[in-house]
Amino acid sequence: MIELLWSIFDITLVLLLLALAWNTCSTRDVMRAVTLFIAMGLLLAIVWARLKAPDLALAEAVIGAGISGALLLSAIRDYPSTPMVSQRSTLIEGIINILTLALTILMSWAVWHGLNMSDGVRLSGQVISQLPVSGVSNPVTAVLLNFRAYDTLLELAVVLTAVLTVLTLNEKRADYVVSGRLLQGMTHWLVPLLVVTSGYLLWVGAHAPGGAFQAGAMLAAAMILLRLAYPSKQQEFNNVLLRVLLVIGIFTFVLVGLWMMSLNDDFLAFTPAWAGTLILIIETAATVSIAAALTLAYRGGRPKDWEDANRTSRSIAENGGQDDQ
Amino acid sequence: MISEQLLYSLAGVGLFGIGLRATLLHHMLLPRLLALNVCGAGVFLIFIAIAYGGLKIMADPVPHALVLTGIVVAVSATAMALALGRRLEALDDE
Repeated sequence: MIELLWSIFDITLVLLLLALAWNTCSTRDVMRAVTLFIAMGLLLAIVWARLKAPDLALAEAVIGAGISGALLLSAIRDYPSTPMVSQRSTLIEGIINILTLALTILMSWAVWHGLNMSDGVRLSGQVISQLPVSGVSNPVTAVLLNFRAYDTLLELAVVLTAVLTVLTLNEKRADYVVSGRLLQGMTHWLVPLLVVTSGYLLWVGAHAPGGAFQAGAMLAAAMILLRLAYPSKQQEFNNVLLRVLLVIGIFTFVLVGLWMMSLNDDFLAFTPAWAGTLILIIETAATVSIAAALTLAYRGGRPKDWEDANRTSRSIAENGGQDDQ
Repeated sequence: MISEQLLYSLAGVGLFGIGLRATLLHHMLLPRLLALNVCGAGVFLIFIAIAYGGLKIMADPVPHALVLTGIVVAVSATAMALALGRRLEALDDE
């Protein structure tokens, strides 16, 4: 009986997911497509929870649905509001349909075949056996920040590169019109709650689902909410401070890596006794950097007077030069 | 627990197919980005479905960590693509 219920639940979830994806991709209205995409993100979070991946469910709800949603919604303004009409000729459309269908069938066969052939290699055993020396008891955090710390370091580099591109290309978007009392009143409750939740997720990541990415995204959500509720009142961040916050994650990560290299001969090879503390330090710095990066990415470009930090130092240098003359 | 693995990985393949078709069909940047993100979600779903081992068995944490990385990279790439698109629009207007 229970198994039947699970099956019904699974099938409903999958069908809903596919229907939402299909509608996201085929609707003619951009606004509608983005809204459906956010809904799909939330549904995916449920799917992750169902497939026993609570870390992912948290990340998907905050990043996949929340931050991407805000990003895409604010980007709609940048494009002319033409309806999404496919301009391909019927012939090309037909070819694309046939080719994607063929590929999908081929991939379905590959997945079916692969799952039937063998159980495959499972790494849970290895992870569990090494968990005591990783410094944390949440296996996902252990993989992210200890066993495969290289990946996470480079991931932070990817995030930084993306944000630097965003900052180089554009000025920030004009702020929204003030949003009304309801949102402002709500932020008084929500923002402190989000900040506390972010700190909790960061701390709890060591032994339960959570961690730097979820915490950073949660903090960015709080910043975005503040920006939406009080577009004009908001004090601009000090730009030098903002730059420091952007890079502090990678900086700390590399510094710890090099320090461990001097002790254990391998980059990022943590000494087991200190691993827990080191991971917490790295995660705290990474949380701040991710929050700064996502907030800046949401704003779509350089904040006001972004170059001034450069200009001030350059003018000091130039003045110094003149004095010498 | 092969049936659940199979069901969810086939759903992942389906998402990938839907996303790929729309990426090729659309002309505008924003719908294409949405479609690419749907594609990505499909890949993540295949990964996690295969990592799932049943209700009583622990799921494989390594794919979870990889997909977590993937989600963050996907949102960064989306932000970057949106910024590039916005710049292109601005250049077209000039």
